[in-house]
Amino acid sequence: MELTSDERAIAGGARGEASAMAMRIVAETGRLLGADRLIPVHSAHIDGCLYHGDAGVLFAEKLVELGGQVAVPATLNVGALDLLHPKRVRLDDRRRDMALRLMRAYEALGCKPTWTCSPYQAGHRPPAGVDVAWGESNAVAFCNSVLGARTNRYGDFLDIACAIVGRAPRYGLHLPEHRRATMLVDTSLLSAALRNLDAFWPVLGAWIGRNAGSSIVAIDGLQTFASEDRMKALGAAAASFGAVGLFHVIGVTPEAKTRADAFSGHDPEVTVQLTSEMVRIARGWLSTSSSDQVDAVAVGSPHLSFEEMMTIADLVDGRRLSLPFYAHTGRHVLKQLEERGKLADIEAAGVTVVVDTCIVVTPILPAKSGVLLTNSGKFANYAPGNTGWSVVYGSLSECVETAVQGRLVRDEALWS
Amino acid sequence: MSTEMIAGQVLYPGSAEGPLLKLTAPLSFWGGVDPATGEIILGSHPERGRSVSGSILALADPIGSSSSSSVLLELIHNRVAPAAILLGTPDAILIVGCLVARELGLKAPPILVVAREWLHTLPNGRLSVSDGMVRQIS
Repeated sequence: MELTSDERAIAGGARGEASAMAMRIVAETGRLLGADRLIPVHSAHIDGCLYHGDAGVLFAEKLVELGGQVAVPATLNVGALDLLHPKRVRLDDRRRDMALRLMRAYEALGCKPTWTCSPYQAGHRPPAGVDVAWGESNAVAFCNSVLGARTNRYGDFLDIACAIVGRAPRYGLHLPEHRRATMLVDTSLLSAALRNLDAFWPVLGAWIGRNAGSSIVAIDGLQTFASEDRMKALGAAAASFGAVGLFHVIGVTPEAKTRADAFSGHDPEVTVQLTSEMVRIARGWLSTSSSDQVDAVAVGSPHLSFEEMMTIADLVDGRRLSLPFYAHTGRHVLKQLEERGKLADIEAAGVTVVVDTCIVVTPILPAKSGVLLTNSGKFANYAPGNTGWSVVYGSLSECVETAVQGRLVRDEALWS
Repeated sequence: MSTEMIAGQVLYPGSAEGPLLKLTAPLSFWGGVDPATGEIILGSHPERGRSVSGSILALADPIGSSSSSSVLLELIHNRVAPAAILLGTPDAILIVGCLVARELGLKAPPILVVAREWLHTLPNGRLSVSDGMVRQIS
């Protein structure tokens, strides 16, 4: 690991103590991972602003006290509070105070208070081929796969350290040779109707997460079905069920215009022909409850786009929900909904719109646990452990119909 | 006395001793481990209910959340971290938890990468980790 004279000077304190600490963390991580040098990064997405305990607050406030400032544009992921609707979160006063201190510390470091896990739908879209340092597993997957910008899966603290020094270790997905697909997942045997179902995509993501291991997957057969929101849902599930930081959709994503492009002219090391039976089994991983009981509905992990919020409004269609329904999105979408006059309609129907945070990272769901219906692969994965609630997986239309009718509404025909 | 030794690649240096806890499925620390207690909480995990605290944790496949570095830091801060972590593959996210702990003056557990086939055959019981070597303690 070779540092330039400039980088050595930063590590020695030439730009202050915060930059020196950040450089130590970046350089030491690079050395431990076998990187040969550091490279400049153009932006960062910071996942460290979510409160997990007091040590994270100590770290962030230490950076602030030492005069830390980000050197590149940096957006912030979710925190543990909905700052626009403080009563939504049931944290005790001490934790609420610590969670707020953490969020304020990251703002003081110069990060933009976007508070969203879908920064790529809030205007943070680095161009293909540039190096960035992003945290939040779903954002990493989207940034690499759909935008074609280059980032590793930056953990909390390394993301802010990279942002402060404007550099990252040169290894892993920053290197073009590590971005080539090695595993082909062919979906072309599945019915067009299934591939055209939004709820199929998180299931496919979960399958890839569990089966890809450290391979980079290219998916074939989705050319006419892929949309940004579907790839967002796929990536979030793949990144939570596995360690997926990059996938390719042949004919769609920027590094996979053709199959040969995705594999850089090599043959796949592994090829899997996905069957409807494999999809059925993977779909089962997303539910921990088999009863017909549903006590609440949660959608929006990752945070919903404006189009997804409008779809909810269309599906509700002026009716009144009879179950608690939590829809998570970012402030950027809230503003658009207000401008269209849609926010009041959605809330009047009984939808609880949550911003800045979500139900699996902070206590929002009622303390007495029950069964949660969700269309998010990521919620399905994390809700049981983090909230104590059981989960049932369904489509967005099943989520809305269930909330309207107050009982589990299923349409099995969707999955044939 | 040492009866068996295997070598690993040091991702974070240090020495430790403790009982082996071998995970039989991949795990994300965030969403998988309670940062206050060290208990494995992921609903579907085969070792759910076991505690990583004080263990030599053998984790072939670290997966999932980029907040796992935060959870490791909190485990260290709360004195319920694993004594050492043996991974089947290098993982930048967990290393950073240790590096930040060190910046905050806390002692962090060593992390080693150990060949998968060895991870799977590690004998149950107490192990020691030092200088990149894993030893069985009889």
